[in-house]
Amino acid sequence: MNQSQQPGQNANPGSAAGGGFGQPRQEMEYICADCGAKNEIKSREPIRCRECGHRIMYKKRTKRMVQFEAR
Amino acid sequence: MTSLASTSSQSLYDPRRHVRVDAERARDVSSTDFPGYWPDEDHSWNLEKFKERLRVKVTRKSNRSIEFDLVGVDASIANAFRRILIAEVPMVCIEHVYVFNNTTVMVDEVFAHRLGMVPLNVDPALMEMRDSSGQATDRNTLVFRLQAACTRNKSAPKDSTDPAQLYHNSEVLSSHLKWEPQGEQDSVFANCPPAPTNPDIVLMKLRPGQEVDMELHAVKGVGKDHAKFSPVATASYRILPLIVLNPAKPVPPHLAHKFQKCFSPGVIDVDPQTHAVSVNEQNMRKETMSREVLRHPEFEGCVELKRVRDYFLFNIESEGPYAPERLFPESIRVMREKIATIRKAAQALLSESLGTNGDVDMEG
Repeated sequence: MNQSQQPGQNANPGSAAGGGFGQPRQEMEYICADCGAKNEIKSREPIRCRECGHRIMYKKRTKRMVQFEAR
Repeated sequence: MTSLASTSSQSLYDPRRHVRVDAERARDVSSTDFPGYWPDEDHSWNLEKFKERLRVKVTRKSNRSIEFDLVGVDASIANAFRRILIAEVPMVCIEHVYVFNNTTVMVDEVFAHRLGMVPLNVDPALMEMRDSSGQATDRNTLVFRLQAACTRNKSAPKDSTDPAQLYHNSEVLSSHLKWEPQGEQDSVFANCPPAPTNPDIVLMKLRPGQEVDMELHAVKGVGKDHAKFSPVATASYRILPLIVLNPAKPVPPHLAHKFQKCFSPGVIDVDPQTHAVSVNEQNMRKETMSREVLRHPEFEGCVELKRVRDYFLFNIESEGPYAPERLFPESIRVMREKIATIRKAAQALLSESLGTNGDVDMEG
């Protein structure tokens, strides 16, 4: 509907990873499933939390806007 | 409740105004003041007569509620106002929720629903209803921003277990809703910036790392669309109870206190000397009409339980921006709008039938 007129801060850091070739690629942050610490994962590196060594990571929720009716 | 002794149609003791309450049923429920019921009496509607009978008296008022007597109208009118109060007096509520981020334990849908039910202090008269196009303008939409993130409080006492001390923003409160003025709203709402009526409603609990970021659009609506738009917590009426003692059969003095206990406290007075029983006129309205007195054979014929059919004890609790005393006039305004619409339609019908080719013929 009308929300497209006020996109707020819709310049998504998350979507930039898939979007541009030329742009400086922003690092994706992941959340450790065990301790909740923020981690950056680089290619060819073991997926491992820097804080606790846990090997499971969650992707962050998208910053893309979702619309709901308050009913 | 003055002029009780008079026997005119204004008197509470006029039997035509009474609904009789028996042990197992109510009798004389319907009103009879319409043309053709009583022979040789004119009961056609008359504004002067109506004015004479109509009485409104406020009996109690507080910040949030009002009680008043509405006397001399038909139940259909009193009930219409009650229903309009609940379902058709407008109010402004959060209707659209745009979620940018929500990493909390509460899912977006549930939280959006909770936000919708927060009462806002916005006077609906200052806003317009959204039209069918749904276009949002500064006249019909208020924008709120809700941004809250929970973090650990480094300076919390070591042995503390209280989340309010351990974390910053451990709760999302209604005071976190921040109004963002749009267009001319800055001047329109200058006297009373839009905010929740109560700043301390807990909307959700947060723990470190959790965050919400939302934009909320509030619109004007009516209770028949969604209960969140209803401006009243309750709007109800009772019909005045009436207790009529039979002078021909007084209550035996040794049973006076038993008789008193059959009614709500304060309704029946017992004379300390003579043990004579009397009804307390001021407290009669407190009677719950339990009909306990009708269960005892020793009181048979001593008393009649009744209700006064056109005597309504309204109780309205305001929730939201309306002052309680403003709600009933507001319902009258809505009613008058409806009548104006009907009148217009009827006149259109009439002018159509006066034309040559109208197929509606009211005289036919």
